[in-house]
Amino acid sequence: MTSTRARGRTRRFDVDALLDDPATRILVCCGSGGVGKTTTAAALGLRAAERGRSVVVLTIDPARRLAQALGLRELDNTPRPVDGTGGSGDLDAMMLDMKRTFDEVVEQHASPDKARQILDNPFYQALSSSFAGTQEYMAMEKLGQLHAQAESSGSWDLIVVDTPPSRSALDFLDAPEHLSSLLDGRFIRLLLAPARGPARLLSAGFGAVTAALNKVLGAQVLTDVKTFVAAFDTLFGGFRQRAEHTYALLQESGTAFVVVATPEPDALREATYFVERLRADRMPLAGLVVNRVQPDPLPKLGAWLAEEAALRLAEHHPGEHDAAAGLLRVHAERARIRHRQDRLRRGFTAAHPQVPCVEVLSLPGDVHDVAGLRRVGTLLSTGLAAG
Amino acid sequence: MSDWRRVRLHVVTGKGGTGKTTVAAALALALARDGGRVLLCEVEGRQGLARLFDTGPLPYEETPVAVAPGDGDVLALAIDVEAALMEYLQMYYRLGRAGRALDRFGVIDFATTIAPGVRDVLLTGKVFEAVRRRGADGEPVYDAIVLDAPPTGRITRFLNVNTEVAGLAKVGPIRRQADAIMRLLRSRGTAVHLVTVLEDMPVQETTDAITDLTAVRLPVGGIVVNQVRDSPLDPTTRKSVTEGTLAPRELLPGLAATGLEPHGETVPAALISAAEEHVERLEREEQLTGEVEGLGQPVYRLPHATEGIDLGALYELADALCEQQMA
Repeated sequence: MTSTRARGRTRRFDVDALLDDPATRILVCCGSGGVGKTTTAAALGLRAAERGRSVVVLTIDPARRLAQALGLRELDNTPRPVDGTGGSGDLDAMMLDMKRTFDEVVEQHASPDKARQILDNPFYQALSSSFAGTQEYMAMEKLGQLHAQAESSGSWDLIVVDTPPSRSALDFLDAPEHLSSLLDGRFIRLLLAPARGPARLLSAGFGAVTAALNKVLGAQVLTDVKTFVAAFDTLFGGFRQRAEHTYALLQESGTAFVVVATPEPDALREATYFVERLRADRMPLAGLVVNRVQPDPLPKLGAWLAEEAALRLAEHHPGEHDAAAGLLRVHAERARIRHRQDRLRRGFTAAHPQVPCVEVLSLPGDVHDVAGLRRVGTLLSTGLAAG
Repeated sequence: MSDWRRVRLHVVTGKGGTGKTTVAAALALALARDGGRVLLCEVEGRQGLARLFDTGPLPYEETPVAVAPGDGDVLALAIDVEAALMEYLQMYYRLGRAGRALDRFGVIDFATTIAPGVRDVLLTGKVFEAVRRRGADGEPVYDAIVLDAPPTGRITRFLNVNTEVAGLAKVGPIRRQADAIMRLLRSRGTAVHLVTVLEDMPVQETTDAITDLTAVRLPVGGIVVNQVRDSPLDPTTRKSVTEGTLAPRELLPGLAATGLEPHGETVPAALISAAEEHVERLEREEQLTGEVEGLGQPVYRLPHATEGIDLGALYELADALCEQQMA
């Protein structure tokens, strides 16, 4: 049990120990949108590479300038070496092309005729390019592929994955299972039934259902769905198996989840959901990264004290000490923000004292080159002493 | 006089973390002033509105959440896609027993999660219905609808339901519904407002979103620059910090007058380095302000709430939007 002394202090997330451990094979960065997930993934990848690992970073939807920093000029779904890295390891990076990944899976697992039939189907085309869960599914699929490739060719000993900007961070874990269960589900089976088995399997209710669907969607949609399902039928089992395989991979001890947040209520709430979910699913959580923490070089000069001092100067010595008053106010504002951030982060720690945590100070500008990523990597490794 | 008086549907989007839900709520309060009746909708199942208005999870039902100065009402609705589908089926097709059977056969799940585009047609469809709904007196039930929409990265695809559905349904009721929604969204009665903060990525996403929205003829509204902070530095001090001419010892008399212990020059040096970062950020913010103002849309500013957003802060933000004539 946690001792009284340890309760108030956070365990420090030792990023370098994680990156240097050869047993670490997969790092998954997750968290809500806008917290710096992709940057964190890229910075961890770079740092690992410069410390001797052979790394591939799979990004999902990087900001344009970050993509440029990684040399990702085109979306070609293939890992490419990143220029400008130092150290003994190497770094490849790629951007996920979800439609192409889906197409490739179809091409690999269906006969050429069947594959063509599927790829040309309007329902498939809509599904593979716009379904909300396809991105998560294909990120998982790509992770599985990269892992298989790494195992067979020995090309990489560490895979760093960024996760899609979903409605909820949990979608990454849920969507693949959801999609495969839907594709393999009762409704699809029933749609296929006439082609496969005796009509008596169909209940009268289902007739009413298809009639209703035809009324709403138009007959052509259901026909497309049926054609797609018939062509896709032989692939279902494989799809499901692969999703399950990748899910199992995420539970292995070589996998480490890094939950990313900012010291804001919404981001920390999402982080909490994720941490609790990982625990329920027995998935290995390495730690929490809290990005964009307000720097406070004078922690002993509290916000109220500084604000009051500035007020006193303005009141008793008007116009005499403008610089000192202004600078005290700048400090007071930063200290106030930091105070609030600390309180929010402590709330997380109080609920999850076992989760190692590292805080990264906010940078004045965005990261858009390898040097910037290296700086983030250093900040991740040295961190603030959280607690 | 509001800049958007013709608009009845206000769509609010922004990059994650810029505060679009807060701005949507403040805009709803502002529009409800002086006897208005405004519906505030969310579509992402996050219950962000319930948290903001400090109430329990919102049901799929238009629920009063706040009153506005001058006898105005704000109602909130968390649009649930499955409930919206059932409602849609009942309303237009009177499905009765078949409607319930749909659920039993997994059709609802299928239609709302996997059938591409259907989800967004249903979500925007419910908003569409609320915009068009009329009371017994023939007048619209709501003076305005504010939609807390998906973030900028997904907004164009979300609103452009027509194209999404076109790939799937070329004829039939879903297609007709999508077409009707598109007519409303493209009309002068709709504005898509963008929320940003003065940081590189949110401003870049705002610029990209305007390009994307314009390309599909969706009406871009105002840009709300959120979390604006005034600098406490006077121009002379700012200049000396920028130019690096302010020496720590110059601060010593001021600190002495406050009774604060300077610890040699440690405290003044730390104050200066904090001010340098502050000034560096100010300069970047000013460049970004210039970029935002160059986008050709009306710009509104909302102050940063250091202590976080509570209901009182929402009313203050609503005041600021009224003063700047966004509402």
